[in-house]
Amino acid sequence: MKTPIYFDNHATTPTDPRVVEAMLPYFTVKFGNAASRNHSFGWEAEKAVDNARKQIADLIGATSKEIIFTSGATESDNLAIKGVAEMYAEKGNHIITAATEHKAVLDTCKKLEKHGYRVTYLPVKADGLVDLDMLRESITDKTILITLMYANNEIGVIHPVREIGKIAHEKGVLFHTDGVQAVGKVPVDVVKDNVDLMSMSAHKIYGPKGVGALYVRRKSPRVQITAQMDGGGHERGMRSGTLNVPGIVGMGEACAICQREMPEESRRLSHLRDKLRNRFETELDEVFINGSMEHRLPHNLNISFAYVEGESLLMGINDVAVSSGSACTSATLEPSYVLKALGVGDDLAHTSIRFGLGRFNTEEEVDYVGARVIEVVRKLRELSPLYEMAKEGVDLSKVQWAAE
Amino acid sequence: MAYSDKVLDHYNHPRNVGSLDKADPNVGTGMVGAPECGDVMKLQVKVDATGVIAEAKFKTFGCGSAIASSSLATEWLKGKTVDEALAIKNTDIVNELSLPPVKIHCSVLAEDAIKAAISDYKRKQEERKPAEARA
Ligand SMILES: Cc1ncc(COP(=O)(O)O)c(C=O)c1O
Repeated sequence: MKTPIYFDNHATTPTDPRVVEAMLPYFTVKFGNAASRNHSFGWEAEKAVDNARKQIADLIGATSKEIIFTSGATESDNLAIKGVAEMYAEKGNHIITAATEHKAVLDTCKKLEKHGYRVTYLPVKADGLVDLDMLRESITDKTILITLMYANNEIGVIHPVREIGKIAHEKGVLFHTDGVQAVGKVPVDVVKDNVDLMSMSAHKIYGPKGVGALYVRRKSPRVQITAQMDGGGHERGMRSGTLNVPGIVGMGEACAICQREMPEESRRLSHLRDKLRNRFETELDEVFINGSMEHRLPHNLNISFAYVEGESLLMGINDVAVSSGSACTSATLEPSYVLKALGVGDDLAHTSIRFGLGRFNTEEEVDYVGARVIEVVRKLRELSPLYEMAKEGVDLSKVQWAAE
Repeated sequence: MAYSDKVLDHYNHPRNVGSLDKADPNVGTGMVGAPECGDVMKLQVKVDATGVIAEAKFKTFGCGSAIASSSLATEWLKGKTVDEALAIKNTDIVNELSLPPVKIHCSVLAEDAIKAAISDYKRKQEERKPAEARA
């Protein structure tokens, strides 16, 4: 077993060697521009792009013509939301999203608010799921778009996408979902799931960074979006710019591998995840799972180790790469807004750790990480005045803290 | 973020971890910070008959820099008089541990904890005086 161990697969994943292999010829030998119509270099590149489009479409139950290539999911989210807002501005100006969305969605919505759009940020329940009745009630005759993520990147909670899409379609509202964390990990079918637009990213599914896609439905309904970049009119006029052929080939191959290996991989990872969770729950007291365990990605565990601050825990397990919802580890010095939306107190948010297992993690690594975390949590609890007080029976919520 | 060697040393080998008897009149206890803010420091001193700090203990909930700041504080406190202890400044801690700007609040908290512990000790001593006078 080699260290450091990578358990942060929600942030990014290593590129699968099979994907790298598929990409390589497109840098040096088959380097053509897919938009070159007059020679074999262009045709070869175009053929590779078409093949990748098909591989991606197959994974999500779409057709090739519904896949628009982008530079990643941040761009896909922007293109979907701004593109719909602009195209359907005559119809209405209201968008519905949720408090736990990725910043690529939230900040896009905030930008639109500055341009006169109205945005409803739905709260979530303690399990991280939106209340469907509340969603229904939020829809007005001005609502043009519902954008709710398929699976959350921090807590791995999976939204009831099929029902959300059904509600949207009943009301004649378009439905966009950020599918970044779900695609390739759990079965996604844009037709059955009633999805109109879906963002995807290659680097979360063992493909390369800097390439992504947006699914745009072509029938019932036919969705139109206004391009957000002007140029050569590539991708049916929806996204100009010379295609990143090696990246696209990589994304296609990554999707094909996910499709083949998903049943086996998700079973293996959920077994490892549950092993880790059970170990924490049996060997430590006062650990709390954040978000629904029932509606959750197989490879995600988000857990708070009460009375142990997240950054100090990361420091103790410095040969393991995970992330924390603690303020000390975030750029804003605020604890995770996702956990806050679930109603997790700031005190517990500071103690949260996200474990994101992936294709290349082994059982040996899970055993090692489990042991390391338990050892460091115990050590830090010996050091924690809060743990001492809790053990003495002090109710910490009643203490008058002398904060700075 | 990379930690300085001194922060790592205190984190890996924290000095003077533990608790003193809060009820002892010669023990001063300072507890600063709040769980919601991600930092709570408890710092205790035990002062001998000559007014010198004979023992110092800490427990800290917080990041590595907060643990290191309070661990260092207990090291510095031992052997100092109460008044010398009050002269310890957060900037001394910042310099000793090479704390980056985002971690300066950890040193401020440690200074606050020292002040809180000393003032608790002084309060206890004041409370004892009338009782002794009556005796
Ligand atoms: C849910 C979600 N949406 C969007 C993104 C952004 O994706 P990209 O890095 O491809 O821009 C991420 C990755 O951080 C994500 O987890």
